[in-house]
Amino acid sequence: MKKVRFKVDELESDIFKIAGLEATVGEFYEEWEEAIGPTPMPDISTFREWDRILLNRYKPFYLPFCDLCCLCTMGKCDLSKGKRGACGLDMAAQQSRIVLLACAIGAATHAGHGRHMVKELVSKLGKDHPLDIGSSVLIEAPHSRLITGIKPKTLGDLEDILDYAETEISQLLSCCHTGQEGDNLDFESKAFHAGMIDHLALEVSDLAQISALNFPKADPEAPLVDIGIGSIDTSKPVILVIGHNVPPAAAIFDYMEDSGLEDNIELTGICCTALDLTRYTKKAKIAGPLSHQLRFVRSGIADVIVVDEQCIRTDILEEAKKVNAPLISTNYKNFQGLPNRTDDPTDEIVRDLVGGRSPGVVILDSDKAGEVATRVAMGVFPKRKKSGIIPEESEIIEYAKKCTKCLSCQRVCPNYVPLPEAMEAAAKGNLQPLSDLYESCIGCGRCEAEGVCPNDLKLHTIIIGASKSKMKDEKFKIRSGRGAIQDSEIRAVGASIVMGEIPGVIGIVGCSNYPGSWKDNAFIIEEFLKRRFIVTTSGCAAMNLGMYKNEEGLSLYEAYPGVFDGGSLVNCGSCVSNAHISGAAIKIASIFARRKLNSNYEEIADYIYNRVGAVGISWGAMSQKAAAIASGFWRLGIPVIVGPHGSKYRRALLGRKDKDEDWYSIDARTGKSVYTGPAPEHLFIAVETKEEAMTLIPKLSMRPNDTTKGRSIKINHYIDLHKRFYGIVPDDIPLFVRTTADIPITMKDEILKILKEKDWKESEVPTPDPTLLSRLVRKKEG
Amino acid sequence: MAAEPWQRYEIPGPIKAAVIKNPEMVSILLKKAKKPVLIVGHEAAEIDLGGKTPIDHIIRIARATNIPVVTTAHTMAEFLKRDFKPAASMTSMDIGNRLTDPEWSVSGEDAPHDLALILGMTYYVGFVIEAGLKSFAFNHLKTVSLDRYYQPHCNWSFPNLSIEEWDRYLTIIAQEIEKK
Ligand code: SF4
Ligand code: SF4
Ligand code: SF4
Repeated sequence: MKKVRFKVDELESDIFKIAGLEATVGEFYEEWEEAIGPTPMPDISTFREWDRILLNRYKPFYLPFCDLCCLCTMGKCDLSKGKRGACGLDMAAQQSRIVLLACAIGAATHAGHGRHMVKELVSKLGKDHPLDIGSSVLIEAPHSRLITGIKPKTLGDLEDILDYAETEISQLLSCCHTGQEGDNLDFESKAFHAGMIDHLALEVSDLAQISALNFPKADPEAPLVDIGIGSIDTSKPVILVIGHNVPPAAAIFDYMEDSGLEDNIELTGICCTALDLTRYTKKAKIAGPLSHQLRFVRSGIADVIVVDEQCIRTDILEEAKKVNAPLISTNYKNFQGLPNRTDDPTDEIVRDLVGGRSPGVVILDSDKAGEVATRVAMGVFPKRKKSGIIPEESEIIEYAKKCTKCLSCQRVCPNYVPLPEAMEAAAKGNLQPLSDLYESCIGCGRCEAEGVCPNDLKLHTIIIGASKSKMKDEKFKIRSGRGAIQDSEIRAVGASIVMGEIPGVIGIVGCSNYPGSWKDNAFIIEEFLKRRFIVTTSGCAAMNLGMYKNEEGLSLYEAYPGVFDGGSLVNCGSCVSNAHISGAAIKIASIFARRKLNSNYEEIADYIYNRVGAVGISWGAMSQKAAAIASGFWRLGIPVIVGPHGSKYRRALLGRKDKDEDWYSIDARTGKSVYTGPAPEHLFIAVETKEEAMTLIPKLSMRPNDTTKGRSIKINHYIDLHKRFYGIVPDDIPLFVRTTADIPITMKDEILKILKEKDWKESEVPTPDPTLLSRLVRKKEG
Repeated sequence: MAAEPWQRYEIPGPIKAAVIKNPEMVSILLKKAKKPVLIVGHEAAEIDLGGKTPIDHIIRIARATNIPVVTTAHTMAEFLKRDFKPAASMTSMDIGNRLTDPEWSVSGEDAPHDLALILGMTYYVGFVIEAGLKSFAFNHLKTVSLDRYYQPHCNWSFPNLSIEEWDRYLTIIAQEIEKK
């Protein structure tokens, strides 16, 4: 294949403009007949107008965490009540800058992860190693094609995409510096840009690992694997992997297998490395999501702990030392102060770790880390005897007697769980109230921090001690991550989604920073599976969906199929697999509606916004990565709901359904401005209760282009859930009924009565061909 | 208990809510206000004040004054069970956002609201929403937290209270208002 390399700034034209980026593009178009679209490799300014259209409808509501800015040495500055900082910045700009910073950090983290992994895989397999994410996935890289115009075929091609992503991220981060941007909406637009780049980086990472490590390839029947601490056989040596970068964990399994030890050792993990490891081998087990990190380490079950990158407790070395488990760091993002032993002889490293001469080491070579982890697990297992630091019941009761009910532990707990009351009961021998806190405790350890409890009680560990039987019973099944959605699946359901007959596509994703029990995640989702929504998932949320049994004793993955269809639960994989969820929306526009994909972001986003009833939900969103993922959905016009802790992202993007003038779109058929109603009402919102989230999901699934049948189905779900949880028909129903044909038949009389009371009028153009982009009008007015 | 944030690490900045030492003061603020609004979140339905909940106090206050009640989350249902129809129901983000709009009021008339009495939101959600109001509605709106716990971003707030004290505070406010 001929490769054409050129400097893009030598080739500026109206349709292809980018400053100073060297790109290799010639080869990408050879087998992709679609002509290059209007916006290849967009920079920060390219989609400013599109972002403004969205931000004009969904205006930011800022939620300062603190009145001060403390970013530079001219501060601190008080920005409250209209004041400006020493640099001239106001509160709105500062809050939006924090949003941008979070999204840029998130995108940098995913791109950094992608770069790290692709580099390692290229060094092992070569740049020409082909990408293969499933023979039934012809549009293998919807984000890459849509954003960069690149149709990647090999691992080496992914490096070119990362070059572009890294350029954009460094520009975005630079905008956070003192004395740069001053306008809050421009900060917001940049945050959207970071989100778009984030999804590109996610796609690169998952394409690389699916192809190189032979993960399930868009397989709806990806295997069911074990999840839960109780599923781990503690009579064997246990290796625990934590983080997001799977190659070192895969190398551990390879070494175990090559040595014939794969049935003698338990290989388990926490967070996305665990999820991805089960895509590599069915024999791996998932201990749990991020919130299980502290409890599992302290249980002492793990004989060796191997960390890579992201969402790892930064005090992991201290925790590992408490249970005498050697720590191996495999990634330069997380040295933990340990010596770099990458070049030392393996025997010496093993000897030092098994002999307790060193609490941990850095090994930046996956294969070597795989061998060391395995041999150390075998070596320390007989000595450690699984000694943990979880107290026995009798000890807990004695501890509880020391509690003076000062409330200090409760007041530092993010979920202010009622620890003092539970301790009072425990002092009287009743451990049930402590055990009841097990699912609502996110495992942060703040209640145990130095100086919190005047009696130095270790509350998190005490909760875990009171919940030992729960931990033993934690045995569930989760479907391992399938990767992308097949083109044929998109074709099969595209019409039903766009017409609204499949009421919505839910993406439930993100972290385990829940406001209450992790089981609420499954509670919310089971309702929508029964209502035949398509549910896609990834990351810690996917794990928590598995850690729940329904009335028949089945996990949701056992109860519902994994195909992309109504009433199905589709686990795409780890955090990086979120690209397949947003990618499915892009593919609906491309495969089903045949919209041009190549470098055509605005048109595709406009299509998704107006037609694809997709809703993201992250009930336990915590990280900057989650912010970036959400932001990637916003720019595509997909609304996102977060749980109450998501209010700490510091802004919401809210529509005002009471302002009719905000809800006019253009009818692409005529060029006329038409009222399309508040559908979807919001672009980003934190809600407080699961009942509220459940009522909002069908409402945010509504789109201007719903057919009357589709709209009536969505209204039906909305009213039904609203009646169940709020006790009444929602008062905004007239805004969503465009014509009487939109009214669910079974509710006709009731709704007509409400419409009459509210002086409702039928819409003049109930089902226009809606767009927010005037350039898509086929016939101009006049 | 001193007036410090209930969740210890929710530090607001230099301007903090004045502490309401005498609950009677709330009835005075209400009397002075031209366009008050009562915002009630889900936690107001979840706390047992010895056979009643904070909602029962709110209904007494609302009935005596005709102040519109806006419920957040799914709190509406608890009011309906008590034969009281709130003026509106919306998410806590929505009511916060609308209160920053000088042209908005629940009824659509005589905008904007000049006093918001707030209770029952998740503590840390109330904290950031009230911070939003402090910075983006300060020209027209004053805020009062009737929560059990001190909310520093409001103009006035109860201190951190025991359940019994909270019940007493809310009872006194209802009684004072019913007198007038
Ligand atoms: S960046 Fe601006 S607002 Fe922030 S501390 Fe520096 S001068 Fe003050
Ligand atoms: S470890 Fe659990 S109980 Fe302790 S502060 Fe964190 S969430 Fe609360
Ligand atoms: S901090 Fe310690 S003494 Fe105080 S309530 Fe909690 S456990 Fe009891």
